[in-house]
Amino acid sequence: MKKKKEQSAGNTARVLSVEEYLSQIDFREDDFEFQHKDGFEHIDTNFASQGYWKEALARFRKSKGAMFSLICILLLTLMAFVGPSMNEYTYDQQITVNQNMAPRIPGLEKLGILDGSETMRTSTGSKEINYYESNQLEDTWYWFGSDSFGRDLWTRTWMGTRISLYVAILAVIIDLAFGLTYGMVSGYFGGRTDMVMQRIVEVLNSIPYLVTVTLLLLVMKPGLLSITFALMFSGWLGMSRIARAEVLKLKEQEYVLASRTLGAKSLWIIFKEILPNIFGPLITQTMFSIPHAIFTEAFLAFIGLGVPEPLASLGSLISSGYQNFTSHPYMIVFPLLVMGLLMLCFNMLADGLRDALDPKMKDM
Amino acid sequence: MKKYIGKRLAISLVTLLIVIFVLFLLLQLMPGSPFNDERLSQEQIAVMSEKYGLDQPVTVQFFRYVKNLCKGDFGVSYVISKDTSISVLLENRVPISFGIGGEAVAFGAVIGLILGILAALKHNSWWDTLCTFISVIGVSLPSYVFALALAYFVGFKAQWLPLLYDGKQFFASSVMPMIALSMFTVATVARFTRTSLLEVLDSEYMLLAESKGITGPTLMLRHAMRNALIPIVTVLAPLVVDLMIGSLVIEKIFSIPGIGSLMVTAIQSNDYNVTITLAFIYSVMYIVLMLIVDIVYGIIDPRIRLAGKTD
Repeated sequence: MKKKKEQSAGNTARVLSVEEYLSQIDFREDDFEFQHKDGFEHIDTNFASQGYWKEALARFRKSKGAMFSLICILLLTLMAFVGPSMNEYTYDQQITVNQNMAPRIPGLEKLGILDGSETMRTSTGSKEINYYESNQLEDTWYWFGSDSFGRDLWTRTWMGTRISLYVAILAVIIDLAFGLTYGMVSGYFGGRTDMVMQRIVEVLNSIPYLVTVTLLLLVMKPGLLSITFALMFSGWLGMSRIARAEVLKLKEQEYVLASRTLGAKSLWIIFKEILPNIFGPLITQTMFSIPHAIFTEAFLAFIGLGVPEPLASLGSLISSGYQNFTSHPYMIVFPLLVMGLLMLCFNMLADGLRDALDPKMKDM
Repeated sequence: MKKYIGKRLAISLVTLLIVIFVLFLLLQLMPGSPFNDERLSQEQIAVMSEKYGLDQPVTVQFFRYVKNLCKGDFGVSYVISKDTSISVLLENRVPISFGIGGEAVAFGAVIGLILGILAALKHNSWWDTLCTFISVIGVSLPSYVFALALAYFVGFKAQWLPLLYDGKQFFASSVMPMIALSMFTVATVARFTRTSLLEVLDSEYMLLAESKGITGPTLMLRHAMRNALIPIVTVLAPLVVDLMIGSLVIEKIFSIPGIGSLMVTAIQSNDYNVTITLAFIYSVMYIVLMLIVDIVYGIIDPRIRLAGKTD
């Protein structure tokens, strides 16, 4: 719409009649069309009302990353249980003549990859060598290669995955047993109880967990038990915070009051009335503490506080592979890949679960 | 506000005292002794215990320990280099670790901010996808995965940068550790910048500012970024933790003579005086940083301040 000419302001101003006004205006064709038509026309779709969990499941299924991660984790778990018994080696069997064998996989070797040869760098230049050929081991297959003690890395990698998965389950148990109870009790009772419990959390939170964990492991012998304790010490703090916040939101609700009026005791209200209503955020938080726990174990193993030899965890495999990763890179590649995949999948799964269970939190 | 700061200060002090007490207790409980040497006779051990004051009552040792900590005297190393004062051991290592840590923070923050801003401005474009991808990878993978990959491909295969730390060319040899260390920072900062900037861009005061005719950089800097950056203060805590832990592993991988690698050596050689000193230093750094973060956040966000008042 465009006016032919501006009315000159001033003392000559007078009210125009409608006809006069319209005659001053040029209409264009698109004046009577909706602007940005596409953007405005939302057609509401109607859905049958669904339960919270059903809806969450539908949202979860839609997320490609999360589904992919779930499948990956299931596959890795399967391999962790089946893998070690898929060949004739055991994780601690040392065959000293078969040291530092590069990976060799039947079938793939015809394609020229993973055929047991590796490049040796010497002062005179690099050359291709194949221990399987030079040692007449035509019938020997080390799928992921063997380490400097002649142990099969395939078996050791999957045994290590078991430890990472153990740590993952442990993290969940710690979260639920300590963090959940602590946070809910603190939030529900409030007042002085809450005050004292929260100060304790704040103090524990102000100590970097690097320090607590390393020091704890110095007192105890390195091993699975001490890793368990180390995780127990610091793993539940995040969970307790979430649980407390959720309880604070719900404890003034009418249904809690109703339950109390009917004579329910605190424990009943906390675990039977409130808990089922805050499962969503709690599950998300639990999932996020899994990669954290796996990482802690790997970190401890890397600085030499992991499970003792000849046991293997992914972290200790990476740590020992790192010693000679310039000459035999395959020793570190496979544990590193499994580790990376596991961490990535648990993180993506946690992301997917959060989006599914708590759509408001999306993008955080 | 004063009450809030006072409360935070008190908690920090209590924490610090507890840390010192626990560290001291651990010192007593530690398995193995620096005098675990078969060549030493009982008398020699007794003489050495007396020399280091290990035969005195625990309480006396504790108060002496606290007093010495305040003076910055951390005692001597028992194993790594016998009879060297730990402050001397730290003297050359602290600047190196802080240098690389500082580089990592700066690099991570700048790259993370740029990525996050681009992702928010070009929402749902390939920039956005890239940003999400990088933040998932960066948060998920431990820093040593990046360190080892960089060391192998850039340092060993291509030989563009020194594989191991070289004191003569600090910057060149700090590039790979810096990148590996900063991946988590990049990821976290990018993620949070993106989220909070998206939220701000969608808000009504941005619409108001725009309709007032403010455009371009002024709109972005004075109205959008200023508010979007507030929540990022909260992620500083996990960043600091990650940098500390990362530095231990990264310094070991690249053979950097910093405090992280010293910590690893001390743990492995049972030099518990050094371990405990470093644990103390890490704790102090962490507690002070937390205090600063909390106070800064209280100043920026009045809701936190007011919540402190009602307590």
